[in-house]
Amino acid sequence: MTDVTRPPIAPLAPTSATLRLVWRRLQRNWLSAIALGLIVMMMLAAAFAGWIAPYEPDATDAAATLQVPSLHHWLGTDIYGRDLLSRIIYAARVDLTVAFGATAMALVIGCAIGAVAGLYRGIVDLIIMRCVDSVMAFPAFILAMAITAALGNSVGNVLLAISLTQIPNYLRLIRGEIFRIREMEYADAARVVGNPAWRIMFIHLLPNALPPIIVQATLAMGYALLTMAALSFIGLGIQPPQSEWGSMTAEGAQFIVTGEWWLFLFPGLAIVLMVLSFNLIGDSLRDFLDPRMRGVR
Amino acid sequence: MTAVVEVRDLSVGFATDYGEVEAVDEVSFEVREGEVLGLVGESGSGKSVTATAILRLIRKPGRLTQGSIMLGGRDLCRLNEDELQQIRGTEIALISQTPRTALNPLLTVGQQVARMFVLHAGLTKAESRKRAIEMLALVGIPEPERRARQYAHQFSGGMCQRVMIAMALATRPRLLIADEPTTGLDVSTAARILDLLRELGRETGASILLITHDLGVVATTCHRVAVMHAGQVVEVAPVRALFRHPAHPYTRALVRSIPRVDREITMEPIPGAVPSLLNAPAGCRYADRCPWVEERCRRQKPAMTEIAPEHFVACFAVEDGRAAPV
Amino acid sequence: MPPLCEVDDVKVHFALRGSAAWLRTLRDGKPPVVRAVDGVSIDIEAGSTLGLVGESGCGKSTVARALVRLVRPTAGHIRFEGAELTGLSDQDFNEVRPHLQMVFQDPAASLNPRLSVRRMVEEPLKLHSALGAAERKERGEAVLEEVGLGAELADRYPHELSGGQCQRVNIARALVTNPRLIVLDEPTSALDVSLRARVILLLEELRQSHGLSYLFISHDLATVRYLASRVAVMYLGVIVEEATTAELFDRPAHPYTRALLAAVPVPDPDAKRDPFVLSGEIPSPIDIPAGCRLRARCPFAQPVCAEPVPYREVAPGHFAACHLV
Repeated sequence: MTDVTRPPIAPLAPTSATLRLVWRRLQRNWLSAIALGLIVMMMLAAAFAGWIAPYEPDATDAAATLQVPSLHHWLGTDIYGRDLLSRIIYAARVDLTVAFGATAMALVIGCAIGAVAGLYRGIVDLIIMRCVDSVMAFPAFILAMAITAALGNSVGNVLLAISLTQIPNYLRLIRGEIFRIREMEYADAARVVGNPAWRIMFIHLLPNALPPIIVQATLAMGYALLTMAALSFIGLGIQPPQSEWGSMTAEGAQFIVTGEWWLFLFPGLAIVLMVLSFNLIGDSLRDFLDPRMRGVR
Repeated sequence: MTAVVEVRDLSVGFATDYGEVEAVDEVSFEVREGEVLGLVGESGSGKSVTATAILRLIRKPGRLTQGSIMLGGRDLCRLNEDELQQIRGTEIALISQTPRTALNPLLTVGQQVARMFVLHAGLTKAESRKRAIEMLALVGIPEPERRARQYAHQFSGGMCQRVMIAMALATRPRLLIADEPTTGLDVSTAARILDLLRELGRETGASILLITHDLGVVATTCHRVAVMHAGQVVEVAPVRALFRHPAHPYTRALVRSIPRVDREITMEPIPGAVPSLLNAPAGCRYADRCPWVEERCRRQKPAMTEIAPEHFVACFAVEDGRAAPV
Repeated sequence: MPPLCEVDDVKVHFALRGSAAWLRTLRDGKPPVVRAVDGVSIDIEAGSTLGLVGESGCGKSTVARALVRLVRPTAGHIRFEGAELTGLSDQDFNEVRPHLQMVFQDPAASLNPRLSVRRMVEEPLKLHSALGAAERKERGEAVLEEVGLGAELADRYPHELSGGQCQRVNIARALVTNPRLIVLDEPTSALDVSLRARVILLLEELRQSHGLSYLFISHDLATVRYLASRVAVMYLGVIVEEATTAELFDRPAHPYTRALLAAVPVPDPDAKRDPFVLSGEIPSPIDIPAGCRLRARCPFAQPVCAEPVPYREVAPGHFAACHLV
């Protein structure tokens, strides 16, 4: 027994109690629970924007421009009289979709190439890793800017740009994990039993390499949101009139000097809260997936 | 002989999501002056937790729930962290089973041993360096002056353990806790480390609490033995009595379950499995594995009884004479 | 009758990599090589257990890994049931795998944490037999029963099992294809005393009931004495002594064997101890001394020990590599 902080005999978890366990852990980690709540709320709002948003996002109202937050317009209106709350809710659709899409794409491509590098090693690994090194030699944001600038700034291209800048992270992570796991005794045991290479990869190595990837993906969600908002802020991302948190913040920034603070504050707040939430979830997921933390209060 | 450290009714609990795990349950024993006391048990018996508790290094989610640890007239359970820090390293020292990770990879071995003298004896740098080299020579490291300038990664496992022993004994502690000191080592290296521990214990007058699962190590190294099972001490005896006349059913089974290198024997495994310590029942924790179990054993904890001089056992069956004679 | 498995002068050398190796290449004019196994010959008779003992770094695990082709031998031959394995393609070697299995040292680490016990035990059948799902299930449960695990454990995952149960699953997985030879690489050293005894007894019982052969690799000499019928002692990549178990333990011929036996603590405070010890530590397998490899540590060393060591029969069936016996 090297680790004295662990109970000497790990109690067996009745599988039915797993949910209760998750719940208890969330109680302990109330910050992550709030974060999870915020994300779920934002996702629901985006999904049912048509029902929830009090106004049409693009409906202008010349009689109610630049209104201060009030009972009619909870978060105020912009210079065209569009309701800010409705625009933020609709913007969540674009922002969350692109963040999810880019992360998922980067994860799949990164894992596939990383697994190949980890499996074949040698010259294949060498070539792949030098390519990754050269991609990573560019600052990720500059690279994303260059891609959207070159391809044009549609939603699809923004997604592609963010995804491409993230692939190296997953690739390196999964390659390292595969290198580690392929030396484990259970990988040797799988070889001795006579597993072909593809089964060793897909049944014995990859599933065990996933936990750190999932944590990375959650943290990357926040990063993707931030990149996208930043791209839109400088005019290289989603274009008006399509509502998007980054471009809304950019628009709002012009009005700070004239005192219309809400135009900048609320879209910015949406970004900050979402990024923060994903980061918090990622951190507690890391603890949760660590088997050493299981059962310890 | 006087006791250097006296542990009375010590209990340690770990809070888990499933309930309280009572890893150490009202454990009592003492380590006497100049002796090597073996604390034997399988993993989960609570022997390492007991050692950690004596150093007062139990971390959350674990906590000391009751008991006292008397050392030189003071109860370690009632001291604050500053006072404990004074005691750790000077009066009680620890050798762990992972010597390599216990050494700092960025400092030379000589610096690390010398630091003990600077910190605890207040010696000057030059003086402590000289003493460090003497210490390394004492634990049998060849060419100590040259080796003192090397780093931990240049040492083999056995040599690292010698350095750990040098560091532990540098401050002339009254009690040396050796937690499975030979577990990761090869047999011939292990044998030499044990010889060294015994010799140095005698020379420096330090008492040694040797924690191990290996009865061979116990037989060759210890003077007295305390046997632990599932968090309880079930038998305390001088080493010869323990092997000649094991009294507790667990000790009897343990002695019969190990193969021997010096002759052919028939091996009998211990029946049953180590019980779960989660919300453990009130009585004897060996009850479910015991051939002489009766109703009372499950309800009530047997007290330590002296069945022969210095030979204590906690078992109703032995007390009542129901157990087969040894 | 030829032995079930013959290991014939097998060598496994590893090339060192990295900057330090590169510097050595410049200095010595040839790349540095770790001679982990440096000419090992052993025979495993059908139905018997051969113990292979030695300290860490002696190359005993590498012999095991070479047998099941987790590493390729640099030189030498391995024959199994009379057939040469050394030149086989990986595909042809897969045909042999069901008959030649292995159990690893760390019971928990050699089980895939994401697979249930059932899937793990049935996997070899899926790969090597034509059995349908129902038959596989039946066979899998029968083997689990045989190693002393109930069917209710079949749907558990490794983290829900104790160390002893994990090792039984490993044994079941090795056993499920009815192998002729199982390589056991320190199968009991990670287990507690009481579990160790039960796994040892289980292994012996299975050997007898299935007519199995074992190559039992261990540094635990007491366990080897209990299980093996013959024992080979390895030091620094070579076999230094081989004899029947009783002969080797009672009359060790090689100084290394004697030192190894003397170092094992006997669980008896009155046992007589052989004070024989070797000085120093095992040298690196890169700079292996010429002649007898134990020379620098051996108290009996003579000038003749610098000559190549003959491996000869010192008593009927008792071989040793020492100039002085």
